[in-house]
Amino acid sequence: MTNILTANKVTKRFGGLVAVNTVDFEIPDKSIVSIIGPNGAGKTTFFNCITGFGKADEGEITFEGTAIHNLRPDQISRLGISRTYQNIRLFADMSALENILIGQHIFLHSSWISSVIRTPKMVKEEKGALQEAQRLLDFVGLRGKGDLLARNLPYGAQRRLEIARALATRPKLLLLDEPSAGMNPRETEDLTAFIRRLRDELGITILLIEHHMRVVMGISENITVLDYGEKIAEGTPSEIQSNPRVIEAYLGRGAANEGMATAQARHSNSKRAD
Amino acid sequence: MLAKYLFGQTGMTISGATIFFVLIVSGSMFWNTMGTNIKSGVSRLPKTSQTTIRILFFALLAYVALGLPQVSGPFIAQVIVIISLYILMGLGLNITLGFAGLLDLGFVAFYAVGAYTVGLLTSYGEYGLQHIPFWVAVPIAVLVAMAFGAFLGLPVLGVRGDYLAIATLGFGEIVRLLAGSDFLAPFFGGPRGIIGIQKPCLGPLGEFLKIDVPRVCNGIELGKPQDIYYIAVVSALFIAFVAWRLRESRLGRAWMAIREDEDVAEALGVNLIQTKLLAYMLGAAFAGLGGAIFTVLVGSIFASSMQLIVSINVVALIVVGGMGSIPGVVVGAIALIGLPELLREVSEFRFLIYGIALIAVMLVKPEGLWPSQVAIRELHHEDSSSLVEEAES
Repeated sequence: MTNILTANKVTKRFGGLVAVNTVDFEIPDKSIVSIIGPNGAGKTTFFNCITGFGKADEGEITFEGTAIHNLRPDQISRLGISRTYQNIRLFADMSALENILIGQHIFLHSSWISSVIRTPKMVKEEKGALQEAQRLLDFVGLRGKGDLLARNLPYGAQRRLEIARALATRPKLLLLDEPSAGMNPRETEDLTAFIRRLRDELGITILLIEHHMRVVMGISENITVLDYGEKIAEGTPSEIQSNPRVIEAYLGRGAANEGMATAQARHSNSKRAD
Repeated sequence: MLAKYLFGQTGMTISGATIFFVLIVSGSMFWNTMGTNIKSGVSRLPKTSQTTIRILFFALLAYVALGLPQVSGPFIAQVIVIISLYILMGLGLNITLGFAGLLDLGFVAFYAVGAYTVGLLTSYGEYGLQHIPFWVAVPIAVLVAMAFGAFLGLPVLGVRGDYLAIATLGFGEIVRLLAGSDFLAPFFGGPRGIIGIQKPCLGPLGEFLKIDVPRVCNGIELGKPQDIYYIAVVSALFIAFVAWRLRESRLGRAWMAIREDEDVAEALGVNLIQTKLLAYMLGAAFAGLGGAIFTVLVGSIFASSMQLIVSINVVALIVVGGMGSIPGVVVGAIALIGLPELLREVSEFRFLIYGIALIAVMLVKPEGLWPSQVAIRELHHEDSSSLVEEAES
């Protein structure tokens, strides 16, 4: 299988702190892969390097053969990478529909002059965009909520709207930053099924940052573990679960040595799921 | 007779102001008690008569607007022109500040650019470069203002929030000081300003195209404030229309996305450089048009009239009218610019009243006098979110 994204020795520093340290990383096309790691491990920073929010200090990132580490975020999104945010970042004072319309910005081409005159072409384009926005709203289960301000939507709906907005850019690679944060077990289950649908039905490659081990282990084909900015493990869910370095990073050395790791890991995961 | 009773040489007489005040208060009280009844009564009528009423209403409005300057005399006409010019500037700043969220405290710079361009292109005085007709000079002035918007916008593209306000404040002052400086006096007249600016002329086309020699207007010369009134009001209406169309467009949405969250907008493919520059350029174009009309109203330009207070007034009228709201700009301009002009007769107190009114509006109606729909929802979102929950349960 070819790789849709390849990161080669990516390093990002904040002053003296090395947030991401020479990380190599690959995402096979049409796969679901996850990055996990304790808080502050550099997961979101790595996301930011991919989407152009914070430029990597060293290393290369290529997306479908194009080097993207020197591009602006808007250029990267045009290539087909979109993302959601750990702490939801919707346009809070715009309606749900308008949020999705912004996502379609790159596919609309009317100049401001044709908008003022309302040329037939511009009217047609707007109409198409509105239909597409409605379709995406339906797709994420927010039918009829289009006119509500994003800020007035319930939490779970805001998460889904954020995904709809990301989908509006028609991404080939979708980065989800802790999508299940703050969700109850049932919502989490729905989300897992939804993410799988994105891949199976729309053929979108998914890169996930997630703390919910049930979600991660359930849908990932490949997992990369970061700790203090370094990649400490990589493999299938079962390989990761039994990797002593991962257990050490999550639970401390003692637990790893005692060999009780697996049991405790399960225990702590079920606690988190609550 | 009546006009003389209501307005003195420099503004409203005390009795005029009292009558005005009583009329406005009783009118708004009438609308408060009867307004909803009238509205629902109209909406119950069949569709055709609704349209008829609407047409009649706008026809009446147009009739009043057309006839007003002839009845009211130069003073009221001039006040309305000045209000219209502030509406033009307000609509311009409403694009950069209200839509795109880029605070610009040096907005008078673009007004000055528009004014000086028309002045230099049409003046018969010693600094006039050309003597082209007003109608040709105005589009040029708008384009020059746009270019200036891009020119001033470029260095501050990466500057955000409070820092942007201070940087733009500097621009406004730089433009005013340069225009009035001895250094550039050979071009802009320095403190002596530019005088002898020709009035717009409605005449045969041949006259329009002569650009070199001083001309006598063979048609109708639009020299009096009552004449400029039509130019100013039509311009303000036209620009309000343009602003409204822009807000409803792809570009308008991109501006609002930048206002809400610049980083996310960029991650969704919005080109920040292009979008912000367009906000500066179109905002500047509107203000430049205002400056161009101001020039022919007064017939001369002095750098000293491009004060910081003009910029502050424009920001204030947007905030008072309602950030991002196009009718809000109109209401804000009438309230903040029109009323003080009318009250010139009681000039010692007018800025006191102005200040008190500003504070009162911010306390009582923080979303502005005529807020955009979003602002209403935003500032009362606790009520509306509970509504949503109710609707869902």
